[in-house]
Amino acid sequence: MLSFTKIKVLSIYLILLLTIFFASLNFKDNNLLNKKVNLGLDLQGGSYILLEIDTKPLVNQKLQTKVIPIKKLLNKNKISFNNFTVSPNSITFTIDPKKQDKFKNLFFKQQDNTINNFISEYNKFELDLEFNQNKTFIKFSNFGLVSLNNAALKQSIEIIRRRIDDVGTKDPTILQRGDKRILVELPGIDNPERVKELLGKTAQLTFRLVSKEDGFGSEKLILSENKEELTVSKRVVISGDNLVDAQPQFDNQSNQPLVRFNLDRLGAQKFGRITTENVGRRLAIVLDNYVISAPNIREPITGGTGTISGGFSFQEATDLALLLRSGALPAPINIVEERTVGPDLGKDSIDAGIFSLIVGFMLVIVFMFVKYKIFGLVSNISLIANLLMLIGILTILEATLTLPGIAGIILTVGMAVDSNVLIYERIREELKTEKSIIHAFDTGYNKAKITVIDANVTTLLAAAILFIFGSGPVKGFAVTLGIGIITTLFSAYFIARHLTSVIVLNDKKRKYFKL
Amino acid sequence: MNNNINFSRLFNVANILSLLAVVISILFLFFKGLNYGVDFKGGTLLEVRIENKNIQIQDIRSSLNTSDLGDVNVKQFGEEGDFLIKFEKNANENKKFITDLKNSISKKINSAVNFRRVETVGPKVSRELLKQGITAIALALSAMLFYIWIRFEWQFSIGAIVALIHDVVITLGIFSILSFEVNLSIVAAVLTIVGYSMNDTVVIFDRIRENLLKYSKLKTNEITDISVNETLSRTVITSLTTLLALFSIFILGGEILKGFSFAMILGVIIGTYSSIYVASPVLNYFKVTQKTLLKDDDI
Repeated sequence: MLSFTKIKVLSIYLILLLTIFFASLNFKDNNLLNKKVNLGLDLQGGSYILLEIDTKPLVNQKLQTKVIPIKKLLNKNKISFNNFTVSPNSITFTIDPKKQDKFKNLFFKQQDNTINNFISEYNKFELDLEFNQNKTFIKFSNFGLVSLNNAALKQSIEIIRRRIDDVGTKDPTILQRGDKRILVELPGIDNPERVKELLGKTAQLTFRLVSKEDGFGSEKLILSENKEELTVSKRVVISGDNLVDAQPQFDNQSNQPLVRFNLDRLGAQKFGRITTENVGRRLAIVLDNYVISAPNIREPITGGTGTISGGFSFQEATDLALLLRSGALPAPINIVEERTVGPDLGKDSIDAGIFSLIVGFMLVIVFMFVKYKIFGLVSNISLIANLLMLIGILTILEATLTLPGIAGIILTVGMAVDSNVLIYERIREELKTEKSIIHAFDTGYNKAKITVIDANVTTLLAAAILFIFGSGPVKGFAVTLGIGIITTLFSAYFIARHLTSVIVLNDKKRKYFKL
Repeated sequence: MNNNINFSRLFNVANILSLLAVVISILFLFFKGLNYGVDFKGGTLLEVRIENKNIQIQDIRSSLNTSDLGDVNVKQFGEEGDFLIKFEKNANENKKFITDLKNSISKKINSAVNFRRVETVGPKVSRELLKQGITAIALALSAMLFYIWIRFEWQFSIGAIVALIHDVVITLGIFSILSFEVNLSIVAAVLTIVGYSMNDTVVIFDRIRENLLKYSKLKTNEITDISVNETLSRTVITSLTTLLALFSIFILGGEILKGFSFAMILGVIIGTYSSIYVASPVLNYFKVTQKTLLKDDDI
């Protein structure tokens, strides 16, 4: 165990130098390889936000769109129906039981089925049909729900990405998590509250006429500005889908901030027609069930552009324009988890973490030197090498360093000496019975090997489980602890062993062999 | 160090004490339960820094009185003017409420307020995190059991796993008794304790096995005594260096790492004790001898 071939020694120190080189990259801002240990959100400050889409309203909304086509289909095929109702997740009506088969065939028609989409991906229909005596139930099939959910999630991610890009945060991460969630990480943002509000808004914009009387086709909505209750028609004149651009501006006359929008061709035509027909009536601009403003139509608007003013501040106008540009989320989104760390706390955490690392490191080094003298020195050199290699590997992997991650490094320092202690204690025992020092060292290393491996595998297992189950900062702890074990084994069995062999082989006078 | 300490003499006393500690811990865990943080209970945690250092904790409390936050808990945290606020409400319902709360506190105590850390966890996520944490600990224990089972004979596996459960239960029991907060980082600490305690046990077991093969005539308790003595200086040194590192985190590493390092310190002490006084006596109970090793090698 004490003999090293030249090539082995060379490769050991080459690996060490290489990792030290990578570790050193962290001290330069723009290094050649552009590699660096990333700081976790808890150290550099920033927000971790987990969003969950709520597809329930979407299911109902989609079912609503089926109502007219189903009624048309029934009428066209002369099937008379009664008690047509739409509940949050099903459509029910009654038809003559004799005509149920006929309806079933029409409903599950493979070709040109405009009502019940065939999802080729799953080889299944989007909707399910059920009969109970003369009652007919239509609801989404499980496959229909999955495909609805997936489409909504994909679209939501896209829209959230647009909104975040528009705000202009650096290095955002937007990922799908499971089948209903979106993870957003925003390092170093100044105003997390504003971003959160932007992320969570559905931003469903509609232009609708204010009607004079209550009725089936209208609903009561609140005007945000003065809490006035307005009766607004349910019929949508144009929606946010028709918008091609929106920008914040100041009004020429009043100097009030407002949002100017441009409509696509179809939207412009429709908007022109409606405003021409309804001069003098009020047009409600509705965002997520709140009326932003409800101005009087003074003259037809045919140019395809218009403005929304609602007593906003310039910031509000900017945000509204941003939301309108990015489009509406297909389903409402809730924040189910959020963790935000301010930059000053992150800085404090780094300082405290590094300081405790240095102190812990010094304590261990002094202890080892006092206890084992020259071999303590060897152990300390290998401990320093261990630490540098650990940082080097973290750099190569561009791993994320978190506050618990720093704790993992400190813990590695404390536990790393274990391997050397195991070996030295073993050698000391061997020295009691063994005459030849070289032999004692050799058997010491050999016998301790199994124990060292056994002992480290257990910690490695714990770290691996933590890596799989942990999230965020805790995952960072698992990373440093796991890599720390590997570098510990390397430094104990290659670096420390080589240094020991150099001392033992040159110590002809047996000056140092007393452990 | 030339040790010849008669550890096995104290095995019975130690085992009774351990059993007592485990039973007390279980009773506390069962009746008092753990003080879960927002990670596992849901709700919101705010770390705030108040500009005006004259503001007292009761001022903060009263500034929160009128809000609909549910159960509110305020405590001093680190430096003067730093507070930790916890309450049941989370951002699920109203995305703007944190901004509103900040303005309301700031107005009521008439000082600038800096929200240095905001953690808000909804009920669904907190349930998932708790489940994940429990699964992780259970999985870690099984992985250790499996490893030991492959590497050693079954009597050793039982010794090791009894020691691990002993460590985890007592550590959590102490957290329950002291009402210390249990959050994600405590789960990380418990897993590391499992790894550390196992590491410590394995070193002694390795030696016991080696000595069983070396001395065929000695009784099990004599073998365990010799082995524990032979590995004692290593056990002490490693525990000491690890504790040095941990105390350095505990004292200097900032408030956030306090709970984590405290759990680890407890775990290292209990884990070191259990390797000697819990894991090894189990081998005595099973009367593990050289024959056990030779016989079981065939399996």
